[in-house]
Amino acid sequence: MAYSDKVLDHYENPRNVGSLDKAAKDVGTGVVGAPECGDVMKLQIKVSSDGVIEDAKFKTFGCGSAIASSSLATEWVKGKTVDEALGIKNTDIVEELSLPPVKIHCSVLAEDAIRAALTDYRSKQNPDEKADSE
Amino acid sequence: MTSAPSTNNKHIYLDYNATTPLDPRVLDAMMPYLRENFGNAASRSHSFGWAAEEAVKIARQQVADLLGASDKEIIFTSGATESDNLAIKGAVEMLAKKGKHIITCVTEHKAVLDSCKYLETNGLADVTWLEVGKNGLVTPEQVAEAIRDDTVLITIMMANNEIGSIHPIKEIGAIAHEKGIWFHTDATQGIAKLPFDVNDLNVDMASMSAHKIYGPKGVGALYVRRRKPRVRLSPQMHGGGHERGMRSGTLNVPGIVGLGAACKIAKDDFDKDQAHYKALRDRLEQKIRGALDHVELNGDDEQRLVTTFNISFAYVEGESLIMGIPEIAVSSGSACTSASLEPSYVLRALGVGDDLAHSSIRFSVGRFTTEAEVDAAADTVIKTVRKLRDMSPLYEMAQEGIDLSSVNWDAH
Ligand SMILES: Cc1ncc(COP(=O)(O)O)c(C=O)c1O
Repeated sequence: MAYSDKVLDHYENPRNVGSLDKAAKDVGTGVVGAPECGDVMKLQIKVSSDGVIEDAKFKTFGCGSAIASSSLATEWVKGKTVDEALGIKNTDIVEELSLPPVKIHCSVLAEDAIRAALTDYRSKQNPDEKADSE
Repeated sequence: MTSAPSTNNKHIYLDYNATTPLDPRVLDAMMPYLRENFGNAASRSHSFGWAAEEAVKIARQQVADLLGASDKEIIFTSGATESDNLAIKGAVEMLAKKGKHIITCVTEHKAVLDSCKYLETNGLADVTWLEVGKNGLVTPEQVAEAIRDDTVLITIMMANNEIGSIHPIKEIGAIAHEKGIWFHTDATQGIAKLPFDVNDLNVDMASMSAHKIYGPKGVGALYVRRRKPRVRLSPQMHGGGHERGMRSGTLNVPGIVGLGAACKIAKDDFDKDQAHYKALRDRLEQKIRGALDHVELNGDDEQRLVTTFNISFAYVEGESLIMGIPEIAVSSGSACTSASLEPSYVLRALGVGDDLAHSSIRFSVGRFTTEAEVDAAADTVIKTVRKLRDMSPLYEMAQEGIDLSSVNWDAH
């Protein structure tokens, strides 16, 4: 399989690999995918008091395109507000990484991971409101 | 050591079970038959034909010598795929009046599986497909239990190409002979890597291929026993009646000369090759298994080809693993690297889960593998697995003591 230069770059030099304290109130964690499907992504965000995502980390079990999609997602969410981050679409990831059709699910998973992390963060801020499950 | 065939490829070749380079000594033996000695071995009326015939005669003896057979028992073919087809279909057709039950196992090469399937689908045979154990092996008892009154053929490979597991051929052959059933073995991966003697192993037919033993591609042989029992096969290729009528077609003289030369070298260098294979395979294996936890050997630890090492790396996804080692030529059980989009049927048959099948790598060393190559390959694999595990949420969870099977995954 031929990989785009950007996928190769993220695979070789993944950005923001690691973990944040998932118990912390200002951290949102999203874990999506399943091992038997061949991809699991964990994406975490740390949100400042003024609502800006100041840090993001990921760990991904998956193919090079899955790694690249989640690596890119952490880059993109950083510096955005929670609402702005919700605007990131999988199609943007597909375009940026030149993903072939068979790898589109990797970008979908990355979008899901962002949303799951944001949802987790929000539910921690408003523990009474039930997180809207998508 | 014989010098390796020259190549300008910087990649490290550890896929000798897939194919081998031509040994330069084999190429030397073949050259005259690609140039001036171009005759047809069936031309009886001139020196061009006689030279070709003589070369084929010598090659036939060289093949027979490696197998412990007589030269009259060697049929030249286009490779092991054809040999398997001829053995299985040819025997079943020949014995149609006697019965139509055959016994094989689920981890055979496709050439055997699909020949059997063809016969089954067309109502020409009833097939018993023996399952294998976790180590990839069938037992002689399984074979004995599967035998029926109308069993005419047992076909079990000598050693498996993917995992290297070595079946108890000698014992299975003894059972077959006791019952008067013909026994074929696809010995493509066993020959030149294991001691081989058709009489010692109770084999009636054996398939082999030149390109797995440092000979050229597109040529192979089928051993067909002449006495006790006398095996006769219905030809699958009709024509001029070459090869005692069992396989028509003008002989591939340069290829056959190459196969013969490869067999002679395999016999002469057997001990040296064995020591070399084992030293390098063990070195590679010890380095990788010594450096990484959560790895699973696929196949049998003991009953295994000295060239072969098939291992799965838990918590690492197969395609990303292969992506991290582009300079190392190996085979992978990952669906992403095969045409079928299915993980290896052999690993599945051993009960290896899809996740571990995807992250499997088969390393196979050979005559021209060097210590430096093995060391470099081991280092790269170790480095890549560590990097991917540092990135793997599954490895992290496993380190935290979470049982991954208890997690409620949000599967898509
Ligand atoms: C066990 C086994 N049988 C048969 C074959 C087919 O051999 P050939 O490529 O000569 O047709 C191979 C190699 O691919 C093999 O490993």
